[in-house]
Amino acid sequence: MEIIKSRKEYDAVIVGSGAGGGMSAKILAEQGLNVAIIEAGPFFDPAQDQYRTQLRPPWESPRRGYGSTRAFGDYDAAYGGWDIDGEPYTQADGTNFGWFRSRMLGGRTNHWGRISLRFGPLDFKRKDWDGLGDNWPISYDDVKPYYDRVDKMIGVFGSKEGIFNEPDGFFLPPPKPRLHELYYIKGARKAGIPVIPSRLSILTKRLNNDRGVCFYCNQCNRACQIYADFSAGTCLIFPAQKSTGRVDLYVNSMAKEVVTDGDGKATGVSYINKENGSEQEIKGKVIVLGASACSTARILLNSKSSVHPDGLGNSSGMIGRYLHDSTGTGAAALVPELMDRTMYNEDGVGGLHVYTPWWLNEAKLDFPRGYHLEIWGGMGMPSYGIGFDTTNLNSHFNDTVGGYGDKLRKDVKRFFGSVMGIAMRGESVPQYNNYCELDPEVKDQWGIPVLKFNYQWTDYERLQAKHAHDTIENIFDAMGAIKLGNKPGADSDYGLMNPGVIIHEVGTTRMGDDPATSVTNKYNQLHDAENVFVVDAGVFVSQADKNPTWTILALSMRASEYIVDQLKKQNI
Amino acid sequence: MDRRESLKTMLIGALGTGAVLTGCVPRKEDREKLQDVYDFSSYGRTIEEKQRDADLFGENFLTDHELETVAVMCDLILPATKTAGSASDAHVPAFIDFMVKDAPSWQDRFRNGIIWMDGYSKQKFGYDFVLLTKEQQIEIFDEIAYPDNATEENQPGVDFFRDIRNLTLTGYYTTQMGFDDLGYVGNRPNIWDGVPDEVLKEHGLAYEPEWLAKCVDQSKREVTAEWDEDGNLIS
Repeated sequence: MEIIKSRKEYDAVIVGSGAGGGMSAKILAEQGLNVAIIEAGPFFDPAQDQYRTQLRPPWESPRRGYGSTRAFGDYDAAYGGWDIDGEPYTQADGTNFGWFRSRMLGGRTNHWGRISLRFGPLDFKRKDWDGLGDNWPISYDDVKPYYDRVDKMIGVFGSKEGIFNEPDGFFLPPPKPRLHELYYIKGARKAGIPVIPSRLSILTKRLNNDRGVCFYCNQCNRACQIYADFSAGTCLIFPAQKSTGRVDLYVNSMAKEVVTDGDGKATGVSYINKENGSEQEIKGKVIVLGASACSTARILLNSKSSVHPDGLGNSSGMIGRYLHDSTGTGAAALVPELMDRTMYNEDGVGGLHVYTPWWLNEAKLDFPRGYHLEIWGGMGMPSYGIGFDTTNLNSHFNDTVGGYGDKLRKDVKRFFGSVMGIAMRGESVPQYNNYCELDPEVKDQWGIPVLKFNYQWTDYERLQAKHAHDTIENIFDAMGAIKLGNKPGADSDYGLMNPGVIIHEVGTTRMGDDPATSVTNKYNQLHDAENVFVVDAGVFVSQADKNPTWTILALSMRASEYIVDQLKKQNI
Repeated sequence: MDRRESLKTMLIGALGTGAVLTGCVPRKEDREKLQDVYDFSSYGRTIEEKQRDADLFGENFLTDHELETVAVMCDLILPATKTAGSASDAHVPAFIDFMVKDAPSWQDRFRNGIIWMDGYSKQKFGYDFVLLTKEQQIEIFDEIAYPDNATEENQPGVDFFRDIRNLTLTGYYTTQMGFDDLGYVGNRPNIWDGVPDEVLKEHGLAYEPEWLAKCVDQSKREVTAEWDEDGNLIS
């Protein structure tokens, strides 16, 4: 195939426009670099009505929000999902890994839960604590200044709590708890479990003049038309384009490989122009990969040359290794006090107003690492699924299940907003034998070799899920709530969800001081190619029980400033 | 011959029962289409999604007889009340007509469910379900709408009733009519400032002063955030 090469050489070519790529584009452009961003999906701006799903009532969707084309429903802002036509991936025998991809400007930051938790001092040094896995080559103190700046640049609400491993930041004020959250607070405390205000990157107060202040529609997953929540397009890339004029977007462009010269030095990125199927190449002095942990691993593994025969940056054989996702499980309960509710607008922000951080670092448990608890519930907007088997809830009160007419209308009103849930999200222990690799046979619709996943949970994660179900049961009991569904047992891994379901996959290009056991150094720079950087969660050595986005942002900021510094010193 | 009897005769006369079962009924021109009721021209779709919707809008799955059966059942499940319209008033049959195309896992369940309904109706009263009197229809409903009281041989009817009841409730409560019936008042810009006092009182709950002190002061929401060097918000 003929490769169309652009004449222009950029100072930096960034692959991916999500949290990592977006932050890098902003920092590099503001420091005077000319930047190209290659994004596999289309342009997206929720402020333009053609992209807007926010505030639309259910009847504007013919399927009332059902997820026939988007995994999280018709109005969710993520284009893509675990399965994308023409972009397959494969599994080793016995593996059941789900790979969620979002193909659009801003990537998965358009729909995420906005839960923005800093990793704490312990989270960077878990091996020192429990002897498992590996320490990061950096500590909380190295990252703290960048977390501080991310807080102020992007905005996160929360409260100062002084908990050692849940560091405080520069917070906007949190919203007041909703009614079911007040019941949760009461129950959790009775069960001896802490609760604090949640920490989400949503503007409850003005941050700057580029972005609006939250108007409490509860729909952050639909992307915000006034940019009151964080997504990489609205909060990093658009402002950088506006203020510097140095960021060019190449959308609908599927990165294929990093191109290297005869000495093995990276010179650009080749990609498929999805609009016409042609292969094109953009040249750059520095290549920044922020395609997501697994996509970046795939691009590097596909970047084979005589100097890098096993893929660029893979002399250690570590690319793809130590892939790990958060653990996840949860349960729901009916709160009798929340039946037949007085109706009022309780939308609030898009997500939980309170949560439980991990509280048992000092305890002797039969599993390592910890988890946090997220709360859901409330009087959410009716959408596809409302009324499904609602009448069955009558069985908990020996009332009649089933019926039609006025009886059904009463059932719907009786139980609307009465069910709430607790979701556990925890830290798994990274394993060398959990990895992605290139499938030797299968290719995607453009002929690019695809990933094959190998992943098994261990008893560390299973026992953690078991503990979480005991905790959740204790809280529901303390609340006087009626738990719905059976408690999962050993036969179902205690309800532990399949890897990839929580969409926190990290670790595939982990950082480290030793080039034999890691892919990048502590500045996200490939050991094997000094002008190639990874700014997504691939560099995570371990991922804490925290959602990864805030740490991706902080590390991308840090790496991008290092790039500028190294260019100035003419080291790269 | 009463009206239902004559309808039935006409239907069989025109098409034969075999045609009804194989779905070869000619399309009625007055069939209500969801895309004629609501405007779906712009709700944040990708190009591929718009094409998929357009394809679905151009197809039919349910036969006219099946759709008529769905409509009759929907309105028995949610008839009008003094204050709220019926399922048909909320265009629920058109929603179900679309939904079985969009989510094909419903298709066999609806086709087989309606076959069961008609078979049972014929066995019991001699005619398809839609041709029965309302009293006869209700009599059948009472046998399948309450799973705890149903006989084993009626289980297919119980299963289908559950399916159509579920989609009817979803189709109804996701409309403005359903919102009004439920009293749902969200999905609009507002400055949310906690659970209303009277609701807190109703539940015997109160916000704790210590917790409240951490929370947003909505009177200062437009004041640009500033912090001291320890991260204390000072604006």
